[in-house]
Amino acid sequence: MAFCLTKAKKLIYNHLKSKMGSLGIINHGNWTHPVSFSHPIPQNLKKPDTFFTNNTTLFASRRFESIIAGKHLDSLRNVFDEIEVLNFPGGKVKFTSEMKFLSESPEERIHCYRVLDDNGQPTVHSNSVQIGEEVAVKMYNDMVTLQLMDSIFYEAQRQGRISFYLTTIGEEAINIASAAALNIDDLIFPQYREAGVLLWRGFSLQEFANQCFGNRDDNGKGRQMPIHYGSKKHNYFTVASTVATQISHAVGAAYALKMDGRDACTVTYFGDGGTSTGDFHAALNFAAVMEAPVIFFCRNNGWAISTPVSDQFRSDGIVVRGQAYGVRSIRVDGNDALAIFSAIQAARRMAIGESRPVLIEALTYRAGHHSTSDDSTKYRPVHEIEWWRVARDPVSRFKKWIESNGWWSDEAEFELRSSVRKQLLHAIQVAEKVEKPAIAEIFTDVYDVPPANLCEQETLLRETIKRHPQDYPSHFQFPL
Amino acid sequence: MWGIIRQKVCAGGFPVQILEESMHRLRPAVSALRSYSSAAKEMTVRDALNSALDEEMSADPRVFLMGEEVGEYQGAYKISKGLLEKYGPERVVDTPITEAGFAGIGVGAAYYGLRPVVEFMTFNFSMQAIDHIINSAAKSNYMSAGQINVPIVFRGPNGAAAGVGAQHSQCYAAWYGSCPGLKVLAPYSSEDARGLLKAAIRDPDPVVFLENELLYGESFPVSAESLDSSFCIPIGKAKIEREGKDITITAFSKMVGYALKAAEILAKEGISAEVINMRSIRPLDRDTVNASVRKTNRLVTVEEAFPQHGIGAEICASVVEESFGYLDAPVERIAGADVPMPYAANLERMAVPQIEDIVRAAKRACYRSVPMAATA
Repeated sequence: MAFCLTKAKKLIYNHLKSKMGSLGIINHGNWTHPVSFSHPIPQNLKKPDTFFTNNTTLFASRRFESIIAGKHLDSLRNVFDEIEVLNFPGGKVKFTSEMKFLSESPEERIHCYRVLDDNGQPTVHSNSVQIGEEVAVKMYNDMVTLQLMDSIFYEAQRQGRISFYLTTIGEEAINIASAAALNIDDLIFPQYREAGVLLWRGFSLQEFANQCFGNRDDNGKGRQMPIHYGSKKHNYFTVASTVATQISHAVGAAYALKMDGRDACTVTYFGDGGTSTGDFHAALNFAAVMEAPVIFFCRNNGWAISTPVSDQFRSDGIVVRGQAYGVRSIRVDGNDALAIFSAIQAARRMAIGESRPVLIEALTYRAGHHSTSDDSTKYRPVHEIEWWRVARDPVSRFKKWIESNGWWSDEAEFELRSSVRKQLLHAIQVAEKVEKPAIAEIFTDVYDVPPANLCEQETLLRETIKRHPQDYPSHFQFPL
Repeated sequence: MWGIIRQKVCAGGFPVQILEESMHRLRPAVSALRSYSSAAKEMTVRDALNSALDEEMSADPRVFLMGEEVGEYQGAYKISKGLLEKYGPERVVDTPITEAGFAGIGVGAAYYGLRPVVEFMTFNFSMQAIDHIINSAAKSNYMSAGQINVPIVFRGPNGAAAGVGAQHSQCYAAWYGSCPGLKVLAPYSSEDARGLLKAAIRDPDPVVFLENELLYGESFPVSAESLDSSFCIPIGKAKIEREGKDITITAFSKMVGYALKAAEILAKEGISAEVINMRSIRPLDRDTVNASVRKTNRLVTVEEAFPQHGIGAEICASVVEESFGYLDAPVERIAGADVPMPYAANLERMAVPQIEDIVRAAKRACYRSVPMAATA
């Protein structure tokens, strides 16, 4: 219904062109049904060159016997090629007389783009981007830092020093390489396993620690659980606990970027599990319609907590869904830093230059537990986890590549690891001792300007604390 | 002219309803002419909203409208009539059918710095998007420690219409009103509609703007001041629509009209009712209500919504907390029936408050009739 109201003018012309097509419907057995011309044809529209001798034939066509229509058809075929094609809403479609169902799964799965083999050596026919020494070494540094930060902060949670943590083990290449291929102006809409993107952009180890401890120096003012980082300065939107909501946010922001004419795109990350949500569907659909410059990056790491992908979907992963929405897509090896870098760089160019969304599916493995609240050995074999963690480690694979270029050495490795370890332990010690946020921060940022009722509540709270100090002992930390 | 085309068309077998719908599209233009010609003394709520949207979009290029049927169809209720033509498809965006999708996209655009106005065909459909409204919009400024503010407006008709059944008739004032981080507005008159929508669009916080379908066509007198393009009504202030001294009646949206009519009936019986149009559900103007109750000593709250956990409950609690000593009678709440809205006209009428219900409640509060408890 909507189509006939909105596209009436265009379709009037198309419809007249496809009059032969309409006759085609009749011939295919629909002649007993009223021909549904779904829009009015104004009286004043010029009739194109047509086989019909008068107008009424068109309207009375539904009364044709099929044999008579058939005779018409034969003589028409020589004149009009469009007979086998019908202009449905949405465009021309060829008919076929062969009843064939599209298979639910392809004969062969979509191929996976990779540049480096398991030994960190470039494969022969790669059309990857060349990365210089400086960028490559920074990438490796950050991958190692991320790995160390994850293991040390995870331990801190186990020791009870922070309440929760979530690692990116196995996805260091995804984190760092994707960030490295983007500009600082590109807006990041993360899920939660992309701390490395923020690390690349310059968020310090101390800042990470401050957020995990929720102390006064946390730029999140202690409002959220650990790993819910966010930094306006780094164009990294604050992590939210809701799954996949960031995908539609990214599309909206991309639309805004387009309206602004900025040389930037948005990039949003999500896992295989997140693609089951309604937000994923609506966002991809919308992005294609709105022609929004957004990169959808799916970290297909095989698991959504304990749900394996075989229970999550039956499609050939996520990459095939792109085409279903009219979105260009590619599948890459998520443990290959160079492949990710190349794909993101190309995607970015397409997204901004052609104003289109792009979907990248990175195949990888979640080598750690879902979070500190999970013990994945309960639902998957330990040897599988170990194999991916060691044999498929993206960090050591990239290390082999930079070593083979002469950009890295064992000494540098030792230096890096011991230095970063020291910094991390120091950051935790410092963060632990910093005061918690001030009481006033309970009431700020609810609205742009604190409303009267919250101001009253704050005053009341302060009075209460003063009047009943025994209920607010200092070791609970209620800085005023 | 239309009649002749229809006859011709019928003979040819055209589906008539298609043509009729095309005619519907043209009809609003005719009615617009009619309202313009009567100068700026009266205005329908529909025109008030349309003019407010128009002016705000004109003043700020970041403001854009998004929703189902808002563009080519001129708005499901014609609120956005003429806007697509004036501002183009980039600023009046027709969306696919996914409230969750376009609410999320609107929030994302607001994160970046645009000022979206997201229209829900009715707020019943906003339930599809409520995660984005609450978790992505309302809480974002707080959760991000002030780094992400969301200057978005979610608007659309709320509450019961006429004969649309249970899934199209619920009032969401209480649901949204309970959430910190949101502002929730419920205009009644055309001035309310204009002033509050402009204020909502200019506000840096997310605003839920609850209109009423049955009020769209109602005409109200408007002051010359309200026609100025910078006219705004402050958010969080109720309006005393009618002053009185014997009893306070609070209401919002369509029920304000009912309360005013009830006040007239009560006046004939010697009861002077003060009618307060809440205008703002969050922040709720407790001061105005309490000041009024301290004057009249009696309170009846009116809403069309389900009774439990409603706006009336909150107003009652506020008055009991702050003005207990001033109450001469228990607070009474008039609300919709505690049932999903039935369709049949007689059943529907019984499920929403009528003017008589308000009158009877006021009389009970004034001890002019037997209290409800005594009849139990």
